[in-house]
Amino acid sequence: MTNKPVRTLLGWEAALIGLVALALLGGSLLHDAFLTGANLSNLSSNLVEIALIALTMTLVVIAAEIDLSVASIVGMCSALLGVLWAAGVAMPLALFLTLVLGAAAGFVNGWLVTRLGLPSLAVTIGTLALYRGLAYALLGDRAVADFPPLWTNLGFGTVPGTQIPIPIVAFAVLAVITAVALHATPFGRALYAIGANELAARFSGLRVERTKLVLFVLSGLMSAFAAIVYTFRFSSARADNAVGLELAVIAAVLLGGVSIFGGRGSVIGVIAAVFLIGIIQNALTLADVPNEILTIVTGLLLILSVLGPNLAARVRATRERRAHASATKGGAL
Amino acid sequence: MKHRTLTLAALALTLGAVAAAQAGIPKGITIAFLPKQVNNPYFTTAWKGGQAAIKEFSGVGKQVGPSDAGASSQVSYINTLLAQRQKAIVVSASDQNALVPYLKRAMQQGVKVVTYDSDVAPDGRHLFVSQASSDTIGRDQIKLLAKQINYSGEIAVLSATPNATNQNAWIKVMQDELKKPEYKNMKLVKIAYGNDDDQKSFTEMQGLMQAYPNLKGVISPTTVGISAAARYLSSSPYKGKVALTGLGTPNQMREFVKNGTVQGFALWNPEELGYLASYAAAALVSGQISGKEGERFKAGKLGERTIGKNGVIILGPLTVFDKSNIDKFNF
Repeated sequence: MTNKPVRTLLGWEAALIGLVALALLGGSLLHDAFLTGANLSNLSSNLVEIALIALTMTLVVIAAEIDLSVASIVGMCSALLGVLWAAGVAMPLALFLTLVLGAAAGFVNGWLVTRLGLPSLAVTIGTLALYRGLAYALLGDRAVADFPPLWTNLGFGTVPGTQIPIPIVAFAVLAVITAVALHATPFGRALYAIGANELAARFSGLRVERTKLVLFVLSGLMSAFAAIVYTFRFSSARADNAVGLELAVIAAVLLGGVSIFGGRGSVIGVIAAVFLIGIIQNALTLADVPNEILTIVTGLLLILSVLGPNLAARVRATRERRAHASATKGGAL
Repeated sequence: MKHRTLTLAALALTLGAVAAAQAGIPKGITIAFLPKQVNNPYFTTAWKGGQAAIKEFSGVGKQVGPSDAGASSQVSYINTLLAQRQKAIVVSASDQNALVPYLKRAMQQGVKVVTYDSDVAPDGRHLFVSQASSDTIGRDQIKLLAKQINYSGEIAVLSATPNATNQNAWIKVMQDELKKPEYKNMKLVKIAYGNDDDQKSFTEMQGLMQAYPNLKGVISPTTVGISAAARYLSSSPYKGKVALTGLGTPNQMREFVKNGTVQGFALWNPEELGYLASYAAAALVSGQISGKEGERFKAGKLGERTIGKNGVIILGPLTVFDKSNIDKFNF
């Protein structure tokens, strides 16, 4: 009984990892420049913001909540970073304040969800608009671009002597921390319990409200970090940075096998999904496949992500029912 | 890929005479256009011109790009074009700054970078093919309106946002131009701002007519503004009595030109813009020019062009669209 969800999960993850391998193979056949260090470096740095936010989004969705305001927090934090830098604030302080703003934005989300008992879907649709509006209030339609190369290199550059983008290293570290926190700590187990059955979790003494508040703060904080990466990577602080990114993040999380109803999912599946989407898009772009087709492919992948685990579950249920039926029949005979 | 090159080579052989006319540009130069947005009629038209030029010098061209005009979407395309080892990238930048580090990297790897329509910081490209100078754009619009209102009467400007760089530069030229003696009977009474928002521009136009009943003409140097203003005028008693001109696209303005609301308006010809950009890219790749001020190159039917200050090449005067020619354009 307890073993089954784990097994299906591994099944979906294995399938995803297989698909990633297949996509890598397909990409190298499509274009000879695909499997070059430079291209793989571009590929991974293109998806780093999505990958970063997907980590905390995984936690949020496993706890049966959602945060749609992440891309707007990126925009707002990017705008703040731009305003602070333009006003002559020292970079370390500006970065710190940017992270504080992200955490505060997440706290507002979490407070509205937990203290007022509002659904996170509604709350974060609201703050999606609110935070983007604040981004424009902060920076207008200006762009701040004169960040010093010392800092933009952190977003744009690679680890000396390799072609590994620096932000990807940060992502790897954060991914390990998230995976450990989710899969090997009481905090992680609490998330699964809350997502699977909130009432039961409450009765077993879990501090549901507090856990959720922490999740939203983490989500805001991660979005602020992604905002810093984004701003440095494009050397451009703008209020419209990362518009629509929340959909790419949620797409990756769902494709990664995290149940939209909570209680199920893993970090490795989500990471595989982020890279699968990134690899497919990169390979098709290299092969000059038009953008419309790319969008269609991404859409189909998403449908597959909802359909795949569901179909698997249904097939299994039918099989079990049959097995059960034949077993009882056998007993009667 | 190889097959396509062969076909093109064969084509080039049969068109030997044409190819010989483009002396100095080797065959098979790969040029990629990267507009702000694909499936946008303006950029599709520019690409039509770019493609025509590439055909003339037997190059291999293509257009790629994002379907949203987001600031960062173009970056992954630049990286892809770099991986594909294209010889030249012709780009209209969605963000003046975000592309620069990536374009710089492309340039370091020997790729020639030409911007068209929308520039980046000068150190991020070799050349910028500009649609027209601010002087021309401002002056031509005043001239156009003056003719339509017989050089006399109150006029107004319906601009985009109060801090729009382009529009403000043009309006300043207009104000200077109006000081000339031939315009002494024309008076600029108001500069209104429609924020490049269709509804706001519409109501601003309405407000202008209420506040200045003697208004004779309006210049709207923005495609959003001029079409909203034309829509208001065409359904008002001022239709045909108040002149409206400015910068618009033929597709937006066609019905208003045909129903007599607008006599004529202006814009650069995006097809020629793309055409010139292709030749500029080919001239860079073939080493005829390096991007320095004063260098010259041949641009097919557009004749010889000279590189101006900061690596800017100017396409030339605006094209005026009126009843006589509007049906020849589709963008």
